[in-house]
Amino acid sequence: MSVEASPYRAHVVRDRVLSAASLGVLLLFLWYADSHFSPYSIRILNVTAIFIILAVSYNLINGVTGQFSLEPNAFLALGAYTSAILTLTPAEKARTFIIEPMIWPLSDIAVSFPVSLVAAGLVTAFMAFLMAIPVFRVRGDYLAIVTLGLGEVIQVLANNLVPVTNGSLGLKGLHPYTNLWWAWGTCIFTVICIVRLVNSSYGRAMKAVREDETAAEAMGINAFWTKTLAFTLSGFFEGLAGGLLAHLITTISPSLFTFFFTFNLLIIIVVGGLGSTTGSVIAAVLFSLGGEWLRAVEEPFTIFGYTYSGVPGMRMVIFSVILILVMLFARQGLMGRNEFTWQGFFEWTRGLAAKIRRQE
Amino acid sequence: MSLALLETQGLSVTFGGLKALNGLDLQLHQGELIGLIGPNGAGKTTAFNAITGRVRPTKGRVLFQGQEITAWRPYRTARIGIARTFQNIRLYDDLTVLENVMVASHCSIRYSFVEAIVGLGRFRSDEQKIREKAEQLLRLMGLIHAAGEKASSLPYGGQQKLEMARALALEPKLLLLDEPVAGMNPMETREFGELLRRIHLDLRLTILLIEHDMRFVMGVCQKIKVIDHGAPIAWGNPEEIQKNPKVIAAYLGDNG
Repeated sequence: MSVEASPYRAHVVRDRVLSAASLGVLLLFLWYADSHFSPYSIRILNVTAIFIILAVSYNLINGVTGQFSLEPNAFLALGAYTSAILTLTPAEKARTFIIEPMIWPLSDIAVSFPVSLVAAGLVTAFMAFLMAIPVFRVRGDYLAIVTLGLGEVIQVLANNLVPVTNGSLGLKGLHPYTNLWWAWGTCIFTVICIVRLVNSSYGRAMKAVREDETAAEAMGINAFWTKTLAFTLSGFFEGLAGGLLAHLITTISPSLFTFFFTFNLLIIIVVGGLGSTTGSVIAAVLFSLGGEWLRAVEEPFTIFGYTYSGVPGMRMVIFSVILILVMLFARQGLMGRNEFTWQGFFEWTRGLAAKIRRQE
Repeated sequence: MSLALLETQGLSVTFGGLKALNGLDLQLHQGELIGLIGPNGAGKTTAFNAITGRVRPTKGRVLFQGQEITAWRPYRTARIGIARTFQNIRLYDDLTVLENVMVASHCSIRYSFVEAIVGLGRFRSDEQKIREKAEQLLRLMGLIHAAGEKASSLPYGGQQKLEMARALALEPKLLLLDEPVAGMNPMETREFGELLRRIHLDLRLTILLIEHDMRFVMGVCQKIKVIDHGAPIAWGNPEEIQKNPKVIAAYLGDNG
């Protein structure tokens, strides 16, 4: 046993207890929110969970593995459509598909929501796996352009494969299956899976590819398979998020899954700190809650006798200013590449307490 | 004569019209420590790159333990037992010193990514083993005190040692060292020479090394291959090489 590792291991039990306790607190909060919060607040909480799933899985390929990919809107669309097509009953499908009837095997299939979610994840992961073969022949900026094209292709397909997707009319009247338990359950599952993966040898291989691909290959790491694994797993979780999103907003159409989605996620993971799962979670929460809080500046209010009439779109102005400030003063993002640990947390609070005491 | 561990036959690499390497024949036997020297631009690093598959040889063959490995991808040559270091250090800067070494054990893990996520099966025992092996290598290289620090925070000499520790973590049969003592002071160089000799004997490694520090090369290598302008010009033990007129001409110029 080494000098380095032993104090580490003594804290394992404490850290497990603390993690379990905080998970318990989160579940209690969700239980309380489920029965006491307004539908509006619950919806925001659901959106937050979906954004956390997306940010954490996007960070796996973009931050941890360091491949500048712009695929999330494509995978989100795939997951959303897969899940939605599977949960609609045959009668509902007959009613929705008014331009052209749905092709046969799909028109008669209807499965429960959980099954459709798993299917959404698996279909998206499978597509990600197939796409990885052409996509990872290129690197850097070229990779960004190719994956950007992926999103466009999916959108064009969604618009034109009318017998499967109902074209530009989209799919309407989905059941609002997504509640706090499904959204946050999937979210917690995703975060745990990705954290565990990143802390394994597979995670180290991904980081090695990010840091120096040549040196990674010289150490026996197959860079192509490592990237493919990260991309496929990203796809799986983004597919799950797509399924949740479809059954939260209950109406999906091709125009929903534009590049704007990817762009927002890119902002989230960069602000959180590229490569930090903790950062992705924090930034996703700030992004989805902050976006709602900032709505206040678009509504009229009176402050010190001055009446502010409210400017529509002001929210985005303030949002941009915050972004610029983050990039100026915290270029590595909120967390850099650091992760949350209980030990780090205690040291941080101790440092903070000492600082406050000094000032008194 | 026993089967050579590594054998290159007429290995050539051409970049456009430039013959970076021209007909390199090399035979390394188990347990040998061979130096590969030559003036700047002679094609030494290109030879390493061609052996490990970083560049594709235009002509010639590479055999490892009698098996043809010509133009295999780098990760495959690494897995079969050829580890290397780089001339312009290539560490995973943002990873810790310990993690840098642990990365090299990736191809020896037996658990799947699903086992890693669930945390069951061989995950824990394998991780424990990888960690202990990495710590042992860091202790050997005298870097254990810095295990938790980022690789980029090490001084230059430390980074070179870390590259070596990482290469050893692959448990290679053949180690290719590209200018391992460049930038070290005479004291550090001597220490490194002793370390290298110890590793060579203890692990019974076969080593091929490129180096410009002649005193170091003459001190540690049993045999030396000299190349110039991509082509081999001499082969022999240190004394023979020092007296070889072709070698002197290559280093000092014909009229020197």
